[in-house]
Amino acid sequence: MNSNMNGQARYPSPEQNGDFAHNAPARHRTASAWHVAFQLSTIVGILALIALLYNITTQTFGLVAVKSRVDPASLAIDGVPLEELSKEQLIAILENNISKGVMRRLERDQPFAERSRENVYNLVLERVVEMEIVRSWTLPESLFQRQAIEAEVKDKYPGARLQFRSWLNWDFVRSSQSSVPARAGVFTALQGTLWMILITMLIAFPIGVGAAIYLEEYAADNIFSRIIETNINNLAGVPSIIYGMLGLAIFVRSLEPLTSGTLFGFADPTTANGRTILSAALTMALLILPVIIINAREAIRAVPRSLREASYGLGATKWQTVWSHVLPNALPGILTGTILAVSRAIGETAPLVVVGASTFVALDPNGPFSKFTALPIQIYQWTARPQDQFRNIAAAAILVLLILLITLNATAVLLRNRFSRRY
Amino acid sequence: MISANLTQQMVSQVESYSGYSSGIAIEADRMSVYYGDFRAVKEISLKIPQRQITAFIGPSGCGKSTVLRAFNRMNDLIPGARVTGQILFHGQNIYADGVDPVEVRRRIGMVFQKPNPFPKSIYENVAWGARINGYRGNLDSLVEQALRQAALWDEVKDKLYQSALALSGGQQQRLCIARAIAVKPDIILMDEPASALDPIATLRIEDLMRELACNYTIIIVTHNMQQAARVSDYTAFFMIDEDRAGTMVEYGPTKQIFTNPKDKRTEDYITGRFG
Amino acid sequence: MTAISTSEALSRVTERAGEPQFNLRRKPRLSEKIIQGFLFVCGAISILTTLGIVFVLGRESLLFFGSPEVSLLEFFTKTTWQPAIGEFGIWPLVTATMVTTVIAMLVAVPLGLSIAIYLSEYASARARSILKPVLEILVGIPTVVYGYFALTFVTPILREIFGKNTVEIYNTAAAGLVMGIMILPMVSSMSEDALAAVPRSLREAAYALGATKLEASVQVVAPAALSGIFAAFIIAVSRAIGETMIVAIAAGAGPAFTLNPFRAAETMTGHIVRISGGDLSYDSIDYNSLFAIGLLLFLMTLSLNLISRWVVQRFREVYE
Repeated sequence: MNSNMNGQARYPSPEQNGDFAHNAPARHRTASAWHVAFQLSTIVGILALIALLYNITTQTFGLVAVKSRVDPASLAIDGVPLEELSKEQLIAILENNISKGVMRRLERDQPFAERSRENVYNLVLERVVEMEIVRSWTLPESLFQRQAIEAEVKDKYPGARLQFRSWLNWDFVRSSQSSVPARAGVFTALQGTLWMILITMLIAFPIGVGAAIYLEEYAADNIFSRIIETNINNLAGVPSIIYGMLGLAIFVRSLEPLTSGTLFGFADPTTANGRTILSAALTMALLILPVIIINAREAIRAVPRSLREASYGLGATKWQTVWSHVLPNALPGILTGTILAVSRAIGETAPLVVVGASTFVALDPNGPFSKFTALPIQIYQWTARPQDQFRNIAAAAILVLLILLITLNATAVLLRNRFSRRY
Repeated sequence: MISANLTQQMVSQVESYSGYSSGIAIEADRMSVYYGDFRAVKEISLKIPQRQITAFIGPSGCGKSTVLRAFNRMNDLIPGARVTGQILFHGQNIYADGVDPVEVRRRIGMVFQKPNPFPKSIYENVAWGARINGYRGNLDSLVEQALRQAALWDEVKDKLYQSALALSGGQQQRLCIARAIAVKPDIILMDEPASALDPIATLRIEDLMRELACNYTIIIVTHNMQQAARVSDYTAFFMIDEDRAGTMVEYGPTKQIFTNPKDKRTEDYITGRFG
Repeated sequence: MTAISTSEALSRVTERAGEPQFNLRRKPRLSEKIIQGFLFVCGAISILTTLGIVFVLGRESLLFFGSPEVSLLEFFTKTTWQPAIGEFGIWPLVTATMVTTVIAMLVAVPLGLSIAIYLSEYASARARSILKPVLEILVGIPTVVYGYFALTFVTPILREIFGKNTVEIYNTAAAGLVMGIMILPMVSSMSEDALAAVPRSLREAAYALGATKLEASVQVVAPAALSGIFAAFIIAVSRAIGETMIVAIAAGAGPAFTLNPFRAAETMTGHIVRISGGDLSYDSIDYNSLFAIGLLLFLMTLSLNLISRWVVQRFREVYE
């Protein structure tokens, strides 16, 4: 095997080259092609996310064709448009346009003195102007097909005005349910979600953290604690709808006296059943318990041994050590995990449907024993309706939900950064 | 510090010491290795003779592994690493633009400190490298040939399709050597090949090295001076200078380095005064 | 002189010297015991949950199978599910679940693996630090939002491509595709962890033989991480099977025994949600049937999760 000092040969040792094909360029080409393929896969994932957000946004903003029985412009007083009239002026308009009987009924439901200006304005819109949205368009249609839309409106909806509408607005957040999409809002649903989360956390947080403390600090490494550990891991993988069924059978049905409030004398005896916020909260608590436990355990495990040993060395008991040293140190991790669990709970729909979220809740929830609906349930119902406009408000509700989640997660990240700086 | 003049003298001495038909397998020409802005290895120049065993020795952290890895462009895998100067392989600078590291590495193989066989069968471990490089001949006979050269054939010929991880440490290392041989390299680089093995396995590897040197050029990095003295024909001694860069202090035939070193630092290291 | 014990003498001495006496005996600390008991109960609640699930599902299923209109054989072999006329064959629901799961995996597996290989072997640390959190966002989006997306975005596109006559408004394809996107980060994240666990020395060995990055990643690293990747797949399947809202919104209402993904069909989960969302009287056959379906669902996902855990433990690669 002689090799010559051959400066010209690009690939020296020619006698060895007979054994191997000159496949390096081809291999590099294949490698580049697959590199691009791998990169593209990542892009596809991100594109899907963008498509999702795009889809929701385009349904939330767009042109609408509005028809009214009475033109709002005609109700202007002294040049002041309808939207800016005072409450008294609006009440006067109402009295002029609707029957005394209806006025009396409205007064009985809630005295005009107590109603807000917004409320009266909405009444005017509802009963006098009878504004009706007959057609809505998506954002890209509104931006790029303006001409065609105008022609269509002239053709099919004479007398209707074209105006730009954001389906997500403050009225939307503050209104309650309605069968008319344009007037419907997520207020009740939001309250339901918030009530439910509050009670869920009150139940799940102490139990979850307690279980984590027990498993990490107290439990001996025997078969029993290993069973608990496997059990928790399995529970984390159980589909959420199963939890719903568990909640239905146990909390809603078997524990009805407790969850409906009759045990405590709170509930209306004719309509009470176990389908209350309390049942939903208990079900959700069981659902997110494994998540909290697993995260809290990791946070506790990350606390350095030296800290515990220092405390024991001073003669502290186990609980004193845990309470004064381990928990404060593990708190950022525990909180982050809890917030993740809460995010999950806020978005869950299936267990709530099974446990019995009401399809139409007229009154705002006022306690754990109320019937309830929740934001994801609302989205589900609206999405299931065929009319176009329900798509719009479903999209708006989704945006509300996403904003809620983003705020929550941003808080988690901030908390984590702030706490980890301190320690 | 070694002057260029002295290097030239030493190189000609090396060439005159070598016996029949020896050319230069690979040559470093004022090569430095940088990690970012930090120069880890400074201006290495040496000529490695063909089909001999050259050992790199020196205290730990002096850059001998870095120099070794520069010879088959393994430093490319570290982000931020770059090489100045040249490494001439049959007259060609392997760091020149347009040179394909894949081609370089097929011809300059490497055996690592800790045996790292693939979690595949013994057969597949040896055959894989040849296969991806487009081997045109009979894979079965190539595998057998490589395993024979690595002195492993008799022990594994009945269990070629079993997992390579079932072998002992020494056997795994010989398997790694067989794997490297199967792609028919010119040069085999060995980075402390026996340091993770027990003494008996170590001796077997050393015997193997001597056999392999008939057909391949071998460069080994070792922290074990006795091993270098036993096994190698030429030895290069490396050290860290005041800039924390590794430099080559002395290079010559092993016999000369160990009995009559020219540089005092070499002598101090050999006699165990440090390192 | 009366004999006294050494400890007595010692305490007398220290007493006289003015040092406090102390007793090293263990004091009974009631508060510690109570707290420990409370914490134990917290830990045990998880056991109660599992027992509750098994009990509830089991009892109602027994009632279901015990009732005269239902037979176990029919449940597992018949292909119509129409409670109104007493038909209780589970297959329409199961096939719909299977179809959506298969479609979801066809999306999530190639994409997820590619992303995992890209992030683990190719991407720079900076690229990874941006891409990973973005992909994680996909996990945090509520499934109801995915359902909306499937119905209002994906289905129209499918109808556009394949024709309004081939693709119904409710179809399992759209649901499956979107479900695939939802579980994509799960596959990529777990696979990436498995790939990252492969020691560097294996990659170096591959490169030292003259392999390209593709050859090293796909032929050496990925096979070395196989058990972790396989476990990721199984978990993803389990998640897809248990998914409810996407199929409830986009796949259709009403069981249909069909393998055509462009037609509407109801999965096991979708059926449970639809029926329990309507009027449901306790102890009716409809009510009990839900729990039978739920039991089947629970057993399927549980066994998949256990298999995944077993695969990781049993086949966890030993690299040395």
